[in-house]
Amino acid sequence: MGFSEIITLVGVLIVILGFAFKLDAILIIMLAAIVTALVGGLGPVDMLETLGSTFVGNRPMAIFIMIMLVIGTLERNGLRESAAKLIAKVKGSTPGMVLGAYGIMRSIFAAFNVSFGGVAGFVRPVVMPMMEGAVEAKGKKMNEKHLETLKGMGGGIENIAWFFCQVLFVGGAGGLLVQSTLANLETPIHVELLDLVIISIPVAIFAVLTAIVVYYIRDRKMMKKYYGSGASKSSSKKSVSKQKDGGGKR
Amino acid sequence: MNFDWNWVINWEWVSPFAWFGNPDINLGLKLLEIVFIIMGLICIYAAVKNAKDKENAASIGTAVFWGALGIVLATGRYLPPLINGLLIFTMAVPAVFRKVKIGKTNAPSSEQTKKQSDKIGMKIFLPAFSMGIFAILFALLFSNESALPTLSQAALVGVSVGVIVAIVMLIVYDRKNTPDIFMKDSERFLSMIGPLCMLPMLLASLGAIFTAAGVGDVIATMVGGIIPYGNVPVGIIVYALGMVIFTMIMGNAFAAITVMTVGIGFPFVLAHGANPVVIGMLALTSGYCGTLMTPMAANFNIVPVAMLDMKSNYGVIKQQIYIALPVLLFQIVFMILFYNAGWFGHA
Repeated sequence: MGFSEIITLVGVLIVILGFAFKLDAILIIMLAAIVTALVGGLGPVDMLETLGSTFVGNRPMAIFIMIMLVIGTLERNGLRESAAKLIAKVKGSTPGMVLGAYGIMRSIFAAFNVSFGGVAGFVRPVVMPMMEGAVEAKGKKMNEKHLETLKGMGGGIENIAWFFCQVLFVGGAGGLLVQSTLANLETPIHVELLDLVIISIPVAIFAVLTAIVVYYIRDRKMMKKYYGSGASKSSSKKSVSKQKDGGGKR
Repeated sequence: MNFDWNWVINWEWVSPFAWFGNPDINLGLKLLEIVFIIMGLICIYAAVKNAKDKENAASIGTAVFWGALGIVLATGRYLPPLINGLLIFTMAVPAVFRKVKIGKTNAPSSEQTKKQSDKIGMKIFLPAFSMGIFAILFALLFSNESALPTLSQAALVGVSVGVIVAIVMLIVYDRKNTPDIFMKDSERFLSMIGPLCMLPMLLASLGAIFTAAGVGDVIATMVGGIIPYGNVPVGIIVYALGMVIFTMIMGNAFAAITVMTVGIGFPFVLAHGANPVVIGMLALTSGYCGTLMTPMAANFNIVPVAMLDMKSNYGVIKQQIYIALPVLLFQIVFMILFYNAGWFGHA
């Protein structure tokens, strides 16, 4: 491999170093784009034209801006409070259970290739307040570190369910890409879309279950750590003792 | 280095009227353009609001950023690529110099939201769910129609229709929800996310520039050099890890799959008889494990950090790494077991 090939990696180097030194993300990307274009022998006009065309072509990624049109006002009208009230009615619910329930729901919709509003449209206005409500329903105040971790997990369950279950949709973008990649090889290989979906099922189940189970266990540990061992059990004990009313001592 | 500029050179100017009037362009694309125009108008509203805002310490930079973004979103379809490129450069300048700031906001107090929750109650979930419900409806109803040919277009248009329906419901619930309130609330959310709003598209552009410069081929050649010829399990491991690394660099597994399959997947794995269904598909989903671990996948890992108001920039990635790694291991083991079990042959 010659110098002219290795030098194309300078943009990659800028990206890696930039993120490692926690520079501004937009600065890193603009620098990497300009430098890669320059060492690739592109003029400034070609560089700007590529930037323009690809940016415009990827506008669907900014759909969250459309969702913002209503989310702020939904929250103004008490969506977060109502979500917390709703989950408080489910006795013994924990943030981990809320995450798990959302993960399953999200996976089913993803298999039909449908997004449910993502972090902007659903995790922030509904899932987060439900998790907070589940803690507050036990009479505890949300711990900040716990909340930060739960936010990360909320984003995590959203992404994991979407990525690995979206491929279960026959004719989804992922399967089509694999099919065309294999068909365009020097020795073309034909694969059926349905076979690609079937082989994705065990991976999807493993990925979503791992996320749900690991997040649940981590949340339970944090519940014990931040709110004492009584917190996660108190309400379930209550319901047990209610059922056993008149049943004598334990 | 081979750049393919045909698609840029072939660009022709079409007026918005001619474009919307052209019966050959399908309805789904046209509806999606209307959605982009609405999104652009929201950004332009943010620009005007911040330009006039005396409480914003960087009102000019903020206005330039949202104004340029709004123009590209709303009218990028009809502008020459060079003008779009210049506008993107223009919006990046205040972003890099940290001159995009939050001005005066009208965030509701917790008393207000509590009062509204008591007043409206559980009915609030109807508009909250309308985006998802309309996304599903549109996907189901229109996916096979020629009007909305691709499912993702149908779902995007559906989400947007759901937003409009939600707005109508909120106005019916409480007349205090005026158009002015909706605009101010969306501006507040836009400002909260700030310059990160442009990041997903910018990263996609960088990916295209990397691809054009041949970055993928160089990486595939480097990674391929370490595989002993004919050792399929090692080939599978390198192919999967190569997908992860390349996806982390590009922020997108789709950009990685073609290059990695041509450079590694075919010569070191598929050519030796491994099942292409298993290898091809799991290579892609191995790449998804890379997407979970990289800040380059901004729309999944960085924009949500701003939306959720998190303290750590890598707060979402931190909770994804320890899931992505076992899932990757599962897939590699799955591919190797499948190969060793002898389920060979091209499907």
